[in-house]
Amino acid sequence: MSIADTEKEIIEEFSLFDDWMGKYEHIIEQGKSLPLIAEKYKTDDRLIKGCQSKVWLHSEVKNGRIVYTADSDAIITKGLVALVIRVLSGHTPDEIVNAKMEFVNKIGLKEHLSPTRANGLVNMIKQMKLDALALKSKSV
Amino acid sequence: MASVKTIARQKIDVIAIRKDFPILSRTVHGKPLIYFDNGATTQKPLQVIDCIVKYYSEQNANIHRGVHTLSQEATVLYENARATVQGHIHAADASEIIFTRGTTESINMVAAAFRDTLREGDEIIVSEMEHHSNILPWQALCEERKAVLKVVSVSDAGELMMEEYKKLLSPKTRLVAVTHVSNTMGTINPVKEIIALAHGNKVPVLVDGAQAIPHMNVNVQDLDADFYCFSGHKVYAPTGIGVLYGKQKWLREMPNYQVGGGTIKTVTFAKTEYAESPLRFEAGTPHIEGALGLAAALEYINAIGLENIAAYEQELLAYAEKKLSAIAGLRFIGTAREKASVLSFVIEGIHPYDIGVILDQLGIAVRTGHHCTQPLMERFNCVGTVRASFAFYNTKEEIDELCKGIERAVKMLKG
Repeated sequence: MSIADTEKEIIEEFSLFDDWMGKYEHIIEQGKSLPLIAEKYKTDDRLIKGCQSKVWLHSEVKNGRIVYTADSDAIITKGLVALVIRVLSGHTPDEIVNAKMEFVNKIGLKEHLSPTRANGLVNMIKQMKLDALALKSKSV
Repeated sequence: MASVKTIARQKIDVIAIRKDFPILSRTVHGKPLIYFDNGATTQKPLQVIDCIVKYYSEQNANIHRGVHTLSQEATVLYENARATVQGHIHAADASEIIFTRGTTESINMVAAAFRDTLREGDEIIVSEMEHHSNILPWQALCEERKAVLKVVSVSDAGELMMEEYKKLLSPKTRLVAVTHVSNTMGTINPVKEIIALAHGNKVPVLVDGAQAIPHMNVNVQDLDADFYCFSGHKVYAPTGIGVLYGKQKWLREMPNYQVGGGTIKTVTFAKTEYAESPLRFEAGTPHIEGALGLAAALEYINAIGLENIAAYEQELLAYAEKKLSAIAGLRFIGTAREKASVLSFVIEGIHPYDIGVILDQLGIAVRTGHHCTQPLMERFNCVGTVRASFAFYNTKEEIDELCKGIERAVKMLKG
């Protein structure tokens, strides 16, 4: 499935909820299927900066595609990372770097994109793109 | 607008007071705003907003310079604002009131002033509950001058270990920098005693009053504080304005911080003669409307009466403590005997951030995280807390909503 298709799928999923509670419960649910980072990778150098909660991200190349694993100590954050990973993981560095990630806005999570120190979603996406770029040389 | 009269120990008319704060009638995510982040910044009453609008509509001019009427009027307003601050904190003289950008700048100014006199092995004492703003300037200074930063520990209840403090005071101590009220826990520190002990060792004391000013009467002469710092925005005034109070004898000795327009008597390329305090410390065109707004805010709370405000806020605090303690797994961080209306807590197994996000969806603004007191978080072995800080425009009904909100969040997050 392409990045755009996954985004579309997520937007459709979220359109089923007409209140914030359903939406957040769905986010929390997403966290449960997050591909978890191996314990040995849960090191400070893999922490995403700028999140109020801790988010560890590990990126690696498999057959020319970037595979992400992550974890967080906050469960809403965990759900948000899971959503972003669901969209980006398994794609080529170029696809990842060029992904527009419009779904975040479209599912009404705009507040998680504001550049306050509390919300790390922007930094999360940025780090994933940076990792993809760094791993690009290894993926060819 | 509510009419606020000074009658000692009068019960606060919160319905009337709320009408003075336009922002309190807005909604967040479709729900009425419940603003419990007063420790971060307070909302502004119309009296302050109107004062700023009036300044720019009718009074704007640069101060201390012009001979024209507007400039003279603006200068009088600005200096009157200084006198209002002086009166409010009971300083001996208006020249002891320096307008700054806020508490952080005030502390940095004092740290810069001590730079040249600090020698290798000298000591500065701070406490474990300080805001980063009252740690970093001293830490940086100590690193630069090879001095030593000594830290007074905090008890399990969130109180300063006074016996330890007494032991830390030594002939090597050059300064004590301590907060009046903890921003994270609300603990009211015995600053008068802290200062007396320091003075017994001929050590000056800087008090970070950012969290005290909105909640209590402060008398810098009675405290005998050498320096007292606070921010306007935490006391219903605009952002970008703050105060450094310094005893005259210190201000006379203090080197210039920044120099430029407004700080001088005469300038030639050979030599510049500087003005006296406070102008010597207020380089450039100051935050004039900020100073006016600060004076308006102080007049506003004085009209209500700080005793009345404190009594009502204590009532809110006691009510919230009682209500929240019924929530399973909730632990308060900071249970000092003397507290301002700040309530920090953690809930077992739930990250404060998650609670903050859910509460926000319910229109409730609380603070989550480390509150710029990471050493204190380490002391209590938590990643952060949820902090509800109450102002006199808050109500018990809002606290009920907070409790319901927390219970809802717990249900969703543990579900």
